[in-house]
Amino acid sequence: MQSTVEEWNIIIKPKNNLLDFKLKELHNYRDLLWLWVRREYVGAYKQTLLGPLWHFISPIFSTLIYMLLYGKIAKLSTDGVPMFLFYNAGIAIWNFFNGCFGSASGAFTNNAGIFGKVYFPRLIMPLASMITTLIKFFIQFSLFLLIYLYMIFFKGYQPIFSIWSLLYIPLSLFILAGIGFGFGIIVSSITTKYRDLTQLVGFGMQLLMFATPVIYGLSIVPPEIKQYLLFNPLVAPVESFKYALFGVGEFTLNLQLYSAVCMMIFLFIGLILFNNAEKNFMDSV
Amino acid sequence: MSNTVVKIENISKQYRLGDVGSGSMRDDFKRFRYKLMGKDDPFARLGEENIRNKQSNSDYVWALKDINFELEKGEILGIVGNNGAGKSTLLKILSRTTGPTTGSIKMKGRIASLLEVGTGFHGELSGRENIYLNGSILGLRKYEITKKLDEIIEFAGVERYLDTPVKRYSSGMYIRLAFGVAAHLDSDILIVDEVLAVGDAEFQKKCLGKMKDASHKEGRTVLFVSHNLAAVNQLCTSGILLNNGTINSLGKTSVANIIDAYLKSSQPSICIVDRSDTAIHGNHFSLLRLSDNNGNFKSDFQFDQEINIHVKINLPDYNEYLELAIRIEDKNRVPVFTIHESLCKFYDENSFTSLIITIPKKFLTPGFYSMVVCINYPGVTNYDLLENILPFSLLDTGSEFSRYENLNYGSVFAQYSITKNDQ
Repeated sequence: MQSTVEEWNIIIKPKNNLLDFKLKELHNYRDLLWLWVRREYVGAYKQTLLGPLWHFISPIFSTLIYMLLYGKIAKLSTDGVPMFLFYNAGIAIWNFFNGCFGSASGAFTNNAGIFGKVYFPRLIMPLASMITTLIKFFIQFSLFLLIYLYMIFFKGYQPIFSIWSLLYIPLSLFILAGIGFGFGIIVSSITTKYRDLTQLVGFGMQLLMFATPVIYGLSIVPPEIKQYLLFNPLVAPVESFKYALFGVGEFTLNLQLYSAVCMMIFLFIGLILFNNAEKNFMDSV
Repeated sequence: MSNTVVKIENISKQYRLGDVGSGSMRDDFKRFRYKLMGKDDPFARLGEENIRNKQSNSDYVWALKDINFELEKGEILGIVGNNGAGKSTLLKILSRTTGPTTGSIKMKGRIASLLEVGTGFHGELSGRENIYLNGSILGLRKYEITKKLDEIIEFAGVERYLDTPVKRYSSGMYIRLAFGVAAHLDSDILIVDEVLAVGDAEFQKKCLGKMKDASHKEGRTVLFVSHNLAAVNQLCTSGILLNNGTINSLGKTSVANIIDAYLKSSQPSICIVDRSDTAIHGNHFSLLRLSDNNGNFKSDFQFDQEINIHVKINLPDYNEYLELAIRIEDKNRVPVFTIHESLCKFYDENSFTSLIITIPKKFLTPGFYSMVVCINYPGVTNYDLLENILPFSLLDTGSEFSRYENLNYGSVFAQYSITKNDQ
């Protein structure tokens, strides 16, 4: 029974090694990851009659409001795409990004109760939230697909569309998730002690949506504004997502690469800060 | 190979007092500047001993300072100390929910820490789902939980409710389920906080038994923090006493020594009512105090110790009908018993009378008591009456009632007989 290994398997020191992301430990806790996804998911919809159908209802209402506001009143162009589809797709992809960012940015403050009692790799919690967000996205996306197919078969809508461009969908999701998660854990690590940033982030996210081609296409943006807009790493994944679905949208390979590099930088900085913060955050949270 | 499984070296933990704000920001900047210049943390030298009731001059305190000890395989270590002595901080560092400021801890094997039971339980999930969830938070793999599932369910006694959301459980069932998971962790090192204070008595017994099993049969190492001295006494093989963030000079030693030292250290108030300098005329008490049989004056006693009440009376206005009355009251100030003695037996001419009244051991049950003392002339007047004085407490260091700690089982141990009735 006795182990013959004469080495210490756990060493507690004042500081974490910043570049040691403890992936092996994370892997050991993979069961917790899935159970926690289930807990979040089931917990949210128990005792509601409509359950996950609520994922349909809120985007439908948002889409209708957007159609009225941006389509009918502001008369923004949708590049020839049916208004409902255009806004619905935009809402789905933006909700996904916002969800990834939101759950990661609250990783420490929202889970302080559990983190204060038991040790496990802290990254499990924001990862689980990200998976939950992905599930929500698929539910919302299935609504979109239903209406998409209805428009094609019954309303004669013909999207310009190639099978290969469908690959942009997972790529966009991946990059958006990466940026949202990376930026989110940066925010959560910084806000354990000083909460000022949470205030900024609250309305910053709303403003960021307007700086991203969610409710409009990049094609209608005047060039003198566009040159600044392109610094937003969210532009390429959102535009390519629309391109995959509707065949409209402007982006270049360079822009995609720029987004991917941004994602990696965010993730890297985020993991380092998170690693640094997780050790002692309970003392200041 | 050595049998040491936990090695704690120079662990210290510093906390900053007060608000997080511009003050702490300034300190953070200073710390950062020093770090850039390659100097040591400027605040690491600051800070004082953590004495709660003393006004501090510094923003920094050391909740723990230079803690060193080692644990061998199979050892059950009890950590005792007053509130604020650093017990919880030490547990938090050991269970990795916060980091130390200096020092290092090395551990061998798998660790489970129970600072709380039922962490992560969600009211909407069923009992079974929560077992899996809680188990995996504590570091078990899913298949390991599946292997233990039947045992856990049996331990908790919730077979019928397994697929009911736990929010429908009675609070007792909920806790039993939570304990069930905790009790079946297959860890080599178990860190337990005072979670054992909850749950019902039978279950507590079961749980303590389970812990003892764990270390004896499987060679598991247990660290146990509790205010319940009886539990520490029953369970642990060794102990340490924390005092204001440092280990008492005894270091790690036997439980009996630790409990003894704890009781000695926790007597800040030697109970004395001294009225020698107040100008009272007529018959009055001049000095009242409590001691144990070794002549130590104190206010905390073990339940199996005799308590001596020293009474010094000044009787300038003596008459032969005077009586001394002492009434012992429990923590709710309900009288437990009263002593009446005529003073004429003890009176001597120099008008000072000194008496010792001894309350036998194992008579009062563990708890808090105070007393009312009186010199009276029955039916005529009370010369001196002092209420709610000489508070003292009896600590449970292993009485037959120790496992019913939170129950009210009365104030005295009864001397009764019991026989079988064969008719």
